[in-house]
Amino acid sequence: MKLGMSGYIAILCVLGGAILLALLNQLTPASSAVHVPTYVMALVGKYLCFAMLALAVDLVWGFAGILSLGHAAFFALGGYAMGMYLMRQIGTRGVYGNPNLPDFMVFLGWKELPWYWYGFSWFGFAMLMAILVPAILAGVFGWLAFRSRVTGVYLSIITQALTYALLLAFFRNDMGFGGNNGLTDFKDILGFNVQADSTRAALLVISALFLCGAFLVARFVVDSRFGKILIAVRDTESRTRFLGYRPETYKLVVWVLSAVMAGIGGALYVPQVGIINPSEFAPGNSIEAVIWVAVGGRGTLVGAILGALLVNFGKTWFTGAFPEVWLYALGAMFIFVTLFLPRGVMGLFQRRSKREIEEEMPAAAAAHEVTG
Amino acid sequence: MVRFVFLIFFSLVMFGAIARADDDPLAGLASGNYDQVAQAVTDLSQSGNPRAATIITALQNSQLYYLPDKTLVIKAADGSYTNAATGEAVTVPPADDDDPDSGPQQVRLNNNVRIAMDAAMGSLQLMDPDPATRLSAAGAVFTAHNPAVISVLDKAIAKETNASVKTAMEQARAAAVLSSDGATEDDKLAAIATLRARGDQDSRGLLQGVANQPGKVGAAATAAVTSIDHILQLWSIAQSVYYGISLGSVLLLAAAGLAITFGVMGVINMAHGEMVMLGAYVTFVVQQFMRAYLPGIYGANLIIAVPLAFLFTGFVGVVIERSLIRWLYGRPLETLLATWGLSLVLQQAVRSIFGPNNRDVDTPAWMSGATQLGGLTLTWNRMYIILFAIIVVAALMAALRFTSLGLRMRAVTQNRRMAAAMGIRTPWIDALTFGLGSGVAGMAGVALSQIDNVSPNLGQGYIIDSFMVVVFGGVGNLWGTTVGALTLGIVNKFLEPIAGAVLGKIVVLVLLILFVQRNPRGMFPLKGRAVET
Repeated sequence: MKLGMSGYIAILCVLGGAILLALLNQLTPASSAVHVPTYVMALVGKYLCFAMLALAVDLVWGFAGILSLGHAAFFALGGYAMGMYLMRQIGTRGVYGNPNLPDFMVFLGWKELPWYWYGFSWFGFAMLMAILVPAILAGVFGWLAFRSRVTGVYLSIITQALTYALLLAFFRNDMGFGGNNGLTDFKDILGFNVQADSTRAALLVISALFLCGAFLVARFVVDSRFGKILIAVRDTESRTRFLGYRPETYKLVVWVLSAVMAGIGGALYVPQVGIINPSEFAPGNSIEAVIWVAVGGRGTLVGAILGALLVNFGKTWFTGAFPEVWLYALGAMFIFVTLFLPRGVMGLFQRRSKREIEEEMPAAAAAHEVTG
Repeated sequence: MVRFVFLIFFSLVMFGAIARADDDPLAGLASGNYDQVAQAVTDLSQSGNPRAATIITALQNSQLYYLPDKTLVIKAADGSYTNAATGEAVTVPPADDDDPDSGPQQVRLNNNVRIAMDAAMGSLQLMDPDPATRLSAAGAVFTAHNPAVISVLDKAIAKETNASVKTAMEQARAAAVLSSDGATEDDKLAAIATLRARGDQDSRGLLQGVANQPGKVGAAATAAVTSIDHILQLWSIAQSVYYGISLGSVLLLAAAGLAITFGVMGVINMAHGEMVMLGAYVTFVVQQFMRAYLPGIYGANLIIAVPLAFLFTGFVGVVIERSLIRWLYGRPLETLLATWGLSLVLQQAVRSIFGPNNRDVDTPAWMSGATQLGGLTLTWNRMYIILFAIIVVAALMAALRFTSLGLRMRAVTQNRRMAAAMGIRTPWIDALTFGLGSGVAGMAGVALSQIDNVSPNLGQGYIIDSFMVVVFGGVGNLWGTTVGALTLGIVNKFLEPIAGAVLGKIVVLVLLILFVQRNPRGMFPLKGRAVET
């Protein structure tokens, strides 16, 4: 596995930046010029979670050619698993003070906890679910889709249908996930107050660690033999199949891995923003995640992280400074990047390997011409 | 024992005497007792009193009063009084301050009295010269099903010449017969047969009321209830099918344009919903303009909006194709992202120009209201949308098949290089095809402005459904799109009563995902080499 220059820089920036922010927040007094306010820390933590989602999208889109328009669904499922754990930690401190039921269930007049809430009082179980639920959903969905060779645009559209169906489902009160309002009003995580600065700082550093871990795993996967075949599947699936590989197996493995990554991102996201609700399933969110990757540079991994951070910083700044203009800017960015920056921001830094690009592009195009 | 019987007999006589306090129904109206007022209203309508209609109308409008001496008076809007029985003007002394009962007292109403009034007015209007009035009167009498009106109904039926009014009257008579105690068994059986033939929820209620009677009547009524249940079930299925077709036609309108841009050209246009939205806003602008400058022909605003919406969104479509999409052919995923960005820009632009709130789009008079067909309620706006969808799809198919432009479009789709070699200017055909698809979306927007909120988010609600329809039906196939839209609409409406609206939609989406797994190319896949690219 070779990380390359950009890989080292990315890990250094993410991890170093997160630790620096956390230390500045914890060790300097609020009056100091270099003090980092807690909201900034929470914001950066949120971006790091989005970066994990972007990394997951890049893994399947950049290296297996699967454009998922429903990846935010896995992110949100992981988030709901964490949200359920945090809900159970509230205990009797809810508005109704019911020791057995979360507030919204008392409000709906429910008498006992639904079976699928069992076990979420334990952190370990909840985290297992944050990984397993997206993995199982992705596994079943991918197994069906890849086996019947649903590819390209069709796959994109049914992933969108998937997240749309989940959006509608989680909006229902009967589902037992808080309906429209989702899960919120959290108090503790592992005994620490979620609102406390120190918890926020720890969560930020943990998010950075997980992001770097996910990056290393993704890097390892795409640089391995497995990754080479994956890239072959991306460029010409039929030719890879004729060579004796089973593209559906390779796609399924990377698809599930990517869903798990998104799920972990979601689980880290929820305690930092303090709420999870069905709007996280909105198809627009998934498409936005794709644009982060496109802006950063598809198929580069580092680009996904960079894109997620850039676009989200831009969003925060724009929506604060010119709220009217944000949608124009986002829309224009979609158009500009697809028309003029097909390799994203990372493409700008890769001038010196231009020869390499030119060598690989016609090869892929020619292969496409031959096998279709 | 004898004494006891005598006591009962005596009390019955007494009770009868109280109940029929006076043969003059006007006295009953002034009694202040609801039951007696209701009885008096019925009696009055039977009495043949020429002022009966005037008095009951006054009672309905809360204009009927009685004086302390039980004289009935009608209070006009200007405060003057007339004697109810004679129609002469009377002066009413104002009420004594100490004794409010000394002034005129209003005849008060409860629901029993109201039912009696409706039936009474019904029986009075049964002889009205206007058939429509007679029909609604028969309906009122049916609802009241008061046995006292049987004789009136008999007279009315004998005189009636209009077949549908006569049927309604016979049904009303049957309802009254069924509720009367004095009718013979044969009469009742005939009545049950009549109500069974009517076969709606009201008849079912009446029949249910006598179903537990012993003998033939009860048995016949039970059988009739079962039969009506059966009929009602069939009607409810028919109604679901109609709702399904209605929803399907909306989906079809939204998806027809996409069937061109996505189905024929292979362009993933995520801004398709925004084309629909623009069409709806064109309708809004046309209405505003016509209200201000052409109020004389305002009723025709939708007819004018349709071609304008087509031209405007078609033009926008051509501009989009020339400026954006043509750079992205062969890169469907990039097209998807770029057009999504475009949709955000268009939404925000409309929000900046027209504001984020819903805009009022009028429904013309000829599109509002509903009609009844058997047990079906058909609203006109839905009927027109179904009709419009049929026309749009038929026109689109004809355009693709019979026009020179359509021929070129098909040629370019099937083999671009060959078409170019034959001298077809493929870039222009691309632009026009995209413009055609966008224009159809704009026309859909005119239709959807009638049933949905016209807001910048209008299009987003349809984009996923539209893609589902096109993928389900089979890409590049307008027939497939039509069948797909109708199937999805009907399946959705059948699932709704079972699973609820939201869950029904989820089930449809999941079924669709599974369906695409089985048939990745839709219900009607294209055949041939072009498919595999």
